[in-house]
Amino acid sequence: MGTYVPNSERVQQEMLDVIGVKNVRDLYCNVPKKMFVKELNLPSEKSELEVRAAVIEIAEKNRVFKTCLRGAGAYRHFIPAVVKSITSREELVTAYTPYQAEISQGILQSIFEYQTEMCELTGMDVSNASVYDGATAAAESITMCRDRKRTKAYVSATANPQVIETMQTYCFGSGVELTVIPAKNGKTDEKALKAALGEDAACFYLQQPNYFGLMEDAAAIGEIVHAAGAKYVMGVNPIACALMKTPAECGADVAVGEGQPLGLDVAFGGPYLGFMTATHDMMRHLPGRIVGETHDVDGKVGYVLTLTAREQHIRREKATSNICSNEQLCAFTAGLYMAAMGASGMRQAATLSMSKAHYLAKALQKAGLSLAYKGEFFHEFVTACDEKTAKSIEKALEKVGILGGLSVDGGILWCATEVVTKAELDKTAEIVKEVLSK
Amino acid sequence: MKLIFEKGAPDQHLSLLPACDVPEVSFKEERALPLRLPHVSENELTRHYKQLSDRVHGMNDGFYPLGSCTMKYNPKIDEELAALPGFTQIHPLQSAETAQGCLEVLHTMEKNLCEITGLDAFTLQPAAGAHGEFTGLLLIKAYHVHHKDFARTKIIVPDSAHGTNPASARMAGFDVVNIPSGPDGCVDLEALKAAVGPDTAGLMLTNPNTVGIFDKNILKITEIIHKAGGLCYYDGANLNAVLGVVRPGDMGFDACHLNLHKSFATPHGGGGPGAGPVGCKAELAQFLPGPQVEEKGGKYKFVTPKYSIGRVRGFAGNFDVVVKALCYLLTLGKEELPHVAENAVLNANYMMARLKTSYTMAYDTFCMHEFVMSLEGLHKETGIAAMDIAKGLLDHGIHPPTMYFPLIVHEALMIEPCETESKEIMDEVCDVFLQLFEEAKTNPQALHDAPLHTPVRRLDEVAAARHAIVRYNFD
Ligand SMILES: Cc1ncc(COP(=O)(O)O)c(C=O)c1O
Repeated sequence: MGTYVPNSERVQQEMLDVIGVKNVRDLYCNVPKKMFVKELNLPSEKSELEVRAAVIEIAEKNRVFKTCLRGAGAYRHFIPAVVKSITSREELVTAYTPYQAEISQGILQSIFEYQTEMCELTGMDVSNASVYDGATAAAESITMCRDRKRTKAYVSATANPQVIETMQTYCFGSGVELTVIPAKNGKTDEKALKAALGEDAACFYLQQPNYFGLMEDAAAIGEIVHAAGAKYVMGVNPIACALMKTPAECGADVAVGEGQPLGLDVAFGGPYLGFMTATHDMMRHLPGRIVGETHDVDGKVGYVLTLTAREQHIRREKATSNICSNEQLCAFTAGLYMAAMGASGMRQAATLSMSKAHYLAKALQKAGLSLAYKGEFFHEFVTACDEKTAKSIEKALEKVGILGGLSVDGGILWCATEVVTKAELDKTAEIVKEVLSK
Repeated sequence: MKLIFEKGAPDQHLSLLPACDVPEVSFKEERALPLRLPHVSENELTRHYKQLSDRVHGMNDGFYPLGSCTMKYNPKIDEELAALPGFTQIHPLQSAETAQGCLEVLHTMEKNLCEITGLDAFTLQPAAGAHGEFTGLLLIKAYHVHHKDFARTKIIVPDSAHGTNPASARMAGFDVVNIPSGPDGCVDLEALKAAVGPDTAGLMLTNPNTVGIFDKNILKITEIIHKAGGLCYYDGANLNAVLGVVRPGDMGFDACHLNLHKSFATPHGGGGPGAGPVGCKAELAQFLPGPQVEEKGGKYKFVTPKYSIGRVRGFAGNFDVVVKALCYLLTLGKEELPHVAENAVLNANYMMARLKTSYTMAYDTFCMHEFVMSLEGLHKETGIAAMDIAKGLLDHGIHPPTMYFPLIVHEALMIEPCETESKEIMDEVCDVFLQLFEEAKTNPQALHDAPLHTPVRRLDEVAAARHAIVRYNFD
């Protein structure tokens, strides 16, 4: 009897009788006989107990680091207990996209609340209900900005390389020419940007803080972009947004980012969520679901999927994007996380992360490393060293349960968040010192 | 129900983070905009979200025959195992030596999916079905570009296709050629022959198709495309009907995506996260997004294919969703996988047999895992539309079928019961459907007024779109 199949063979036979066939395979009458699979080369079925043991064994082949000083696009932040407790509720986990609004108000309202929170965090006017991740959010933003006359997109070399690569892949599809603006001393080369943007420039994407953790002069860059008549897209860290000058204040037309820091596990890369916010003018260019407020036949307030004339199920090949399923439960999680943290908690998480990163940077400098770049940074920074030293440091830290910074071109990219303690940071510096003195 | 912003008081908050144990640092220039986030106590917070989740119809709340969405039961063990710290606490940029378990999950899944689909290579990077379509089409594009066959700019899509198909084709830079379906809901071979040519890049098709019928001409269809120099893409949304029974690769498809959040029982989260892995034949494998997982002597590492189209997302995809799907596959094994498909098909045909005594089936043949009814006749006769029947179901605690899809069937209701529903439940649901059919004739007003017992009643979507209120107004 099939696992999770409730009908016994006797019941199945009763059903076949009602249908009027002898064998279930009679229902496959359209399938050319020679196409039937004889036996798949897969493992045999297992009981729940066996599956549990097998998968735990696989998980144990991974190393869980007690201390994590690695970010580069995925961040280990504190996740309040209420978050996991609520997001594991069966209804929320198992429902489909809220196509039937009357019995999906919980999901729809939660998206409306999430949209509001994202607007507050970024300062932007409108938000969609999420896309797959930060990289696809960045890639989708190009489509929002291009038009018949403006067909070229630009991205700073200081953006996360995986984000740039994803943008490039999407541009291979759409035929948009994507140019990478070079970096200078770890930040966007503003002169090169000014020189590159012409009348056919659709948009420029800036990451803030950038891949190296540095704060870009985002407002000044916004002015350069707008002077060329292009749209300004900012990819921002949502935790940093609680403190830093918002994309809205920097003149962004579109602000996107990776929502993982908002209450989601690093989970080897996913599921995460991409958030997308924009100015009111850009609202109808947003891809994906958007929830709006309305009322029912009795005048009661309710929420529905709205502005659907942008979407694939209505517009087909003329849609703003092909996205259908997004990352709803992740967006729900992010919304809930922000509600649990509140403005003060969000600011505290940002301040703690930033302060610990600065403390680590100082400690590592004392230990003998130097910073690769000058300039203000948030919770990530690069120390300069050769590849061999970087490897030795990584190995030495691994030995004591610390996942050190990531080896990048010319050094190590470190990250600290509120979950690491001063003691862990001191220990890290101590070990680095030992390695360097060898 | 109030919004979270309307609850609590400004000085309320949870006590979550400690004081700073290092010198405090802040930005030279901080945001001047106020940050207006909720300010509630933990008790209020959990009550609010409990109240929200009470207003959601999940799999555990009742029958969920949402056609094309494969709302099957989501096993609890899959959730438990995906939540192991040995998966959730692994940083995606950890060294391969310290993440062998994650790589093993990905590699095992790639291999298993190859076997299930009859294809040669897989990527687990795409995050959903539509994302998979886009990826698969880029493979096709890269293949033609690689062969300097620049004239192949068109993707053929039947008019019964899901909206994501033409939208994905467009995103991949193709022109879309829509072809009409035949009277049997299947591909019209003559229309297909007329559409192909030296500009054909490929075809997108789901089989069983969106009306729930396995296209008996499938081998002819893929041959017509291949002969014209195009490639065939399989939208795997409907794989549940043929899991372990027939393979897309054997039907002649060159690439496909699967929806792990459909056929492989991972929950849908109210609209994601899903996962849309893409498989392909050997000649397309060198174009797959990087990274792929390679195994040598029991050790796993990431590699990037030679002519990779590049990544379509950050990191390795919705990893934790893949863990759930792997648990599901391990549970079923080769023995039970075909029973999934057979029982999905059996259940759908059983419901169709019971409902066709009253309702008009769009196509009066055996179906696969789902079937489409047309309420056009009933609508003309009584004024009761597919929408009204759907809203009537809500008052009975039943999630309505998919409405008004596919577009080629007027007043469509598409029912997909899935293999995890019992005859007992289906009988109850069929009784309700039949009762509503009678009600359409005897008391249509009741159906026009439905639903009555839901948290809100029918909502004004036109007003929502006209005066878009898409966030809370604090002022
Ligand atoms: C036939 C078909 N194709 C594609 C999709 C898109 O899948 P996803 O929502 O995972 O992007 C769906 C989902 O509804 C579908 O039913």
